[in-house]
Amino acid sequence: MSFRRRRSNRVRPFTFTGGRTRSRHPLMVQTLVSTSEPGQEPPGTLMPESINIYKLCRETRSLAEVSAELNIPLGVTQVLVSDLAEQDLVYIHPTITGSSPSENQVLERALRGLERLFQ
Amino acid sequence: MVSNDFSSDKRSNRKKMSSKIVIAGGFGAGKTTLVHSVSEIPPVTTEAIMTEASIGHDDNSITPDKTTTTVAMDFGRITIDDELVMYMFGTPGQARFWFMWDDLVRGAVGAVVVVDCRRLADSFDAVDYFETNKRIPYIVALNKFEGQLDYTSDQVREALEVSPEVPIIDFDARSRLSGGEVLKALLRYALEHNRTSEPVA
Repeated sequence: MSFRRRRSNRVRPFTFTGGRTRSRHPLMVQTLVSTSEPGQEPPGTLMPESINIYKLCRETRSLAEVSAELNIPLGVTQVLVSDLAEQDLVYIHPTITGSSPSENQVLERALRGLERLFQ
Repeated sequence: MVSNDFSSDKRSNRKKMSSKIVIAGGFGAGKTTLVHSVSEIPPVTTEAIMTEASIGHDDNSITPDKTTTTVAMDFGRITIDDELVMYMFGTPGQARFWFMWDDLVRGAVGAVVVVDCRRLADSFDAVDYFETNKRIPYIVALNKFEGQLDYTSDQVREALEVSPEVPIIDFDARSRLSGGEVLKALLRYALEHNRTSEPVA
């Protein structure tokens, strides 16, 4: 029952996103986001949620962390971050999926890092 | 000048990138415990406390101490170096939340299926998911709850129909180093997997 109550407290996603449910940028839960010009104040035209994302991402964070810290549903966070990226207000960092052989170097680095951290 | 500081920060900051490992498995197998053991931050968890109503759906007779189950997702983080961050995402443990799996799995470097040997059947759906869609490399990690295993890895492989090339290792989800070994094993396998699956032409 607590699950149902939590759902009803959710702000309807379309009030934030104007009815859109998809982001134009490839944003996965682990994708890092950072504010393009961290020294600048957010444009006054942004919605409060977007201003919060802008401010939070002055330090680089993953989409999942933004969603959790601001308590915005993941799908909504995706759309809002995508909009900010469209306006060049945030930078979307590369995500390493390991699916192309060119990324093997990064995977090897990750493995060496884990060997160093867990020995 | 302040703006110069920011622009140099920005350049080095922009090199940052991230990757993801998925931690899957049956209800109560030790997914959250594993994420907890290896993460540098307290895992961000969205868990609903099990109510009496949910006891009928989840068999918790074998894990009576467990009062919560993961209904959304939980994740942890490991900073590999200045530029690379790795996230571990736990999958929802109950079948009725598996609609989230495709989203979670997309773009992952690999997955770990955590198996509680006392309840092998609970892991079947997770193994089946990764065996069927074969989109990302996965390994099976047998959680030693009482310090011993009831089955050999060969028996588990046969029972869960795990492909011969998929590594099966045993570990203790409560131990940081043991959890780290699991992540290393997955990355080694993912690298090997990439090499062998490179097109010959």
